[in-house]
Formats: sequence, C-alpha cells, structure tokens
Amino acid sequence: MSTVQTARPMGKGRRSRGNATYWLGLVLVGVIVLAGLVSFVWTPYALSDMVGGRLEAPSLQHWAGTDRLGRDLFTQLMIGARIALIVGCGAVGIGAAIGVTTGLLAAFATRFLDDALAAVFDILIAFPTLLIAMLVVAAREEASLGTAILALGIGLSPIVGRITRILTKQVLGQDYITAARVSGTSWGAIVFWHILPNIAPFLGVNLALQFGLAVMAEASLSYLGLGAPPPNASWGRMLQEAQGTVYTAPWGAFLPGLALFALVIGINLLADGLRDRFDPTKGAA
Amino acid sequence: MLRYMARRLVILLLSLFVAAIVLFVLLRLLPGDPANALVGVGATPEQIAAAQAQIGSDQPLAAQFVTYLGDLARFDLGKSFVSRAPVLEEISRRLSVTLPLTLSAFLLSMLIAIPLGILAAVKSDRWYGLLLSVVSQVGIAVPVFWLGVLLVYVFALNLRLLPSGGFPLRGYGDPARAVTSMVLPVLTIALIMSASLMRYVRAATLEVLGSDFLRTARALGESRTGALMRHGLRNAAVPVISVLGIELSTTFLGAVVVEQVFSLPGMGSMLLLGIQQRDYPNIQGVLIISTLLVLLTGFLADLLQRVLDPRLRKEARR
Repeated sequence: MSTVQTARPMGKGRRSRGNATYWLGLVLVGVIVLAGLVSFVWTPYALSDMVGGRLEAPSLQHWAGTDRLGRDLFTQLMIGARIALIVGCGAVGIGAAIGVTTGLLAAFATRFLDDALAAVFDILIAFPTLLIAMLVVAAREEASLGTAILALGIGLSPIVGRITRILTKQVLGQDYITAARVSGTSWGAIVFWHILPNIAPFLGVNLALQFGLAVMAEASLSYLGLGAPPPNASWGRMLQEAQGTVYTAPWGAFLPGLALFALVIGINLLADGLRDRFDPTKGAA
Repeated sequence: MLRYMARRLVILLLSLFVAAIVLFVLLRLLPGDPANALVGVGATPEQIAAAQAQIGSDQPLAAQFVTYLGDLARFDLGKSFVSRAPVLEEISRRLSVTLPLTLSAFLLSMLIAIPLGILAAVKSDRWYGLLLSVVSQVGIAVPVFWLGVLLVYVFALNLRLLPSGGFPLRGYGDPARAVTSMVLPVLTIALIMSASLMRYVRAATLEVLGSDFLRTARALGESRTGALMRHGLRNAAVPVISVLGIELSTTFLGAVVVEQVFSLPGMGSMLLLGIQQRDYPNIQGVLIISTLLVLLTGFLADLLQRVLDPRLRKEARR
C-alpha cells in the first residue's frame, strides 16, 4: 500500500488505517473486475473444452488445475468473475430501481400508506434475500442467469426500500426543503434536485454492501442448483461440482470460494472506506 | 407489560395473517396449474381435470382462498403431491433436525461472540483487540458453504474425526451417530454467525463504554470491570438482543445451504426438494411454519428487550 496519500495530518492513526483497508479493498475488487473484463476477450482455454487430464493440480499449463472433466479451472474462475459482476450489477440495479421508488413513495405517502409500506419492508427483510430469491426462481419455469438476477434484485429491494425511506425522511425534515417548497419548487423537482443528491452518498455505500450480498446469494443459489445453468461457470456451481472430489483435488473447491471471499471482503472494505470519506463527522476536522 | 404483551400478540397474529395472504398470492402467481405438477408430463385432459378437482384448483380464487384459510386455522397443511404424506408430519420430522442444528449453533455462537466481542471493545487499543475486530470483519465475508467444505476437508477427510455428512436413517434412535453428524454443520453455522454477532457486541459495548453513566459509576469509585459488569452489560444487551433475534431467524431459514453441504434431512432441504419437484403443499407448508418461527422469534426478542430495559416499557407508543 505504498500509494497511500497522507494529505491529512489530523487524526493520522485512524485515517491511515482506514486508507490502507480502502486501498486493499480497491485492489481486491480491481483484480476481480479486471479478470471479469478480460474474460470477454481472452481466456486461457475455451470454457467447455476438455483440454487436460482429469483433476490435474495447478501447473504452468493450468494455473488453477482442471476439473473432473479435464476442463481448465482458471478459465472457469475468470468466467465466474464475469458472472459474479453481471449478477451483482444487475441485482443491485433492479433492487435499487424497486427499492428507491417504493422507499421514496413511502416517505412521501400518507401516514397510513407509509406505515403499511414500512411494515411490508420489515416483514420481507426478516426473510433472507436467498430465500426470497429461491421462491422467485421456483416461480419461473426454468433457471437462467436472468432469472437469478431478477430474483436477487427482488430479494434486495426491501432493504434498499427501507434505507431510502429513512434517508428521505431525514432530508424532508430539513429547512431547505421547506424553503424550496415555499419558493414554489414542485415535489418532482425536489426529489430530483434535493433528495436524490443528498441521499446518494449513503445510499451508494449501502448499495455497495448489497452488491456483496447479491454476489454471495447468487453463489448460494448456484450451489443449490437454482442458479444459472451449466454453460455459465458460477463460482457457487464450481464449488458444488468440486465438493465430491475435494479429497483428491482440494483446489477445485478452495479457489472458487477464495475468489468469492476476496470479492465480498474487497467490496466491504471499499464500502467502509467510502463511508469514512463521505461522512463529514469523521476524519477531516 | 401485560398490555404490551397483548398488543404485541395481536400484531403477531396480524403479521401471520398478512404473511398467509402473501404466500397464497405468491403461490397462485406461479405459472401453470399445480394440478399439472401432480399428474406429470403427458397426462390426458381428463386426468388433469381430475387432479384439479382433487386439489381444488378448478374452484374460483376466492373459494380457494377461503378453503386455504380454513385449513390453516385447523393446522391442516395438506398432503405432499409426491409422497402423499401429510405435510405437517414431514415438517415435524425435519424440524427435529433443523431446530437442534440452529439452536445449538445459535448458543455456540453466543458463547463465542459475546465474550470475544466485549474483549475486543474493552481492549480495543491492544493488538489482540484489534485482531479480534479484524477477524470478525473477515469472517463476515466467508461464504458459508465454503467454510463447510473446508471443515469437511480438514476434520472429516484428513483427520477422519467426524463424518463428512449425512444423518443416520434411524435418526435419534442412533444417538452417537446423530450427534457426531451434527458437529461440523453446527460449527459451520456458529463460526459464520459469531463473526457478525461479535461486531454488534463490540459496537454495543464501545457505545456503553463511552456513556456518561459509566463515567459516573467510575467517578463513584467502581473499577472499570465492575462498572461494566454492573451497569454496562445490561445496557449493551438491549440492541444486541434485536440482532440476536434477526440472526436466529436468518440462520433458521439460511440453514438450507448448510443442510445441503452436509446432506442433512432438514427443513431447508425439504424446501429445496419441494422447489425441484414443484411440490406446492410442501413449499407452502415449510414457508408457513418458517414464517411462524421467524415472527415468534421477533416477538420473544421484543419481550426480552422490555424485560431488560425499563425505559422501553414506559414508552407508550412509537
């Protein structure tokens, strides 16, 4: 972490530790994003080609070894990174679209509708995203990547909805909103110019955390066999397939889990770092 | 307190009712008639019609809804499409796996996380306090099935101490094997759970450590440990309890993944099997019982918080 900039002398200890973890998060996420992007133009081998022996250990030819059909695991890991990123972005996008809309609606609605929506958020949050996603997958005829993304997006939306509602209510209580109303600004313009920009930093940090949740839940879905079907190499499915041969070929189960772990912790560290940067009560005094 | 309990009980029943409606709507939104799932592919129209009449899916929705609520009120969850066994019987058999699994994991995680969380807060300036908070931060990102497989690799396959999965066919009739087959799954859930729990315990303790009442207690001559024990922990416990409630219900519902890793015949694998086989009565039954347990946990957590914190009792309304 030699690139840490120590521009702020105040509160150095906390700050520099925060910076170090922030950069660690950035590096972890960066590597995986890079792997996912590169997989579009180049992978060591073709995904479903049986290019090596069965269950080969990592070597110069096969950086992560091969699976029980002799397919290259590094290739699968790269495609897995791509899938994880697509699922994460897609699910967070859908979750944000539904959650922010309903959250704003609740914050602006009458007392009754607000209470009702808040209660629905609370009930839905009591159920893990994974469970809601399992039901949505069950509701569709066949499993596909799109279904998994939709399912996870729906599963995340109550969490986003609740946070949006709370943040919006805080902003709505501010004097500048009253001032804007008095000077004749429409509610639509207030949402667009005052509320969204003000809740964006906090919402953004939270969405980053939801991204980690979504990636983890997708891996669980795939592990359970409810995720994207075979041509897609999801880390969860790789792990599930390698579980049976974990004694003879431990790397096959170890590496996909490690990749998932690295991505999730990277995102969490990044989100923590961003929160410290956005939060004016910390750091810069 | 009694009035609060009564009000909270009404809310509990209302939420259960709402959840029942949501479930009904959700399951009816599923594409295709459940009768098709009952008779399988290539059935004649007559067979489908007979199946529809059997499960009542040819009735108007309103009539179906009334029957559904009536069945629920009589605790009749119907019969499985696949095995034809009463759903409630199957659930109680599977609960005998899932409940001990989640409850012992829950207890173990408290035993791990509460002392360590407090230690991490009290000694936050020491290296081991810092280490503990780093460990819990790292632990949150560990995928539960990965940890499960790693534990199997180490303890079952290499050290050969414990079985890698499965549950004796005779269940608790074979107590030694039943218990040993639970050790690794319990450990998997408990470790993951204690990572996040530790963070909350640490945060709650730090909050209390910085509070005015603790400073006053110190000024009156109590030692730091004494003040924390006498005044601090009870205060720190209040927010932690609501987290505990949420953790317990997510663990219960999240056990599906761990049950799959260790091939345990619990509620989660029943749900998964139900989804794969389109066994609607089983899916519905598992969800209703899970909802009931989740709501009950929340209810108990709320009551416990009020027992601990007199300020909450005085607070008449939100």
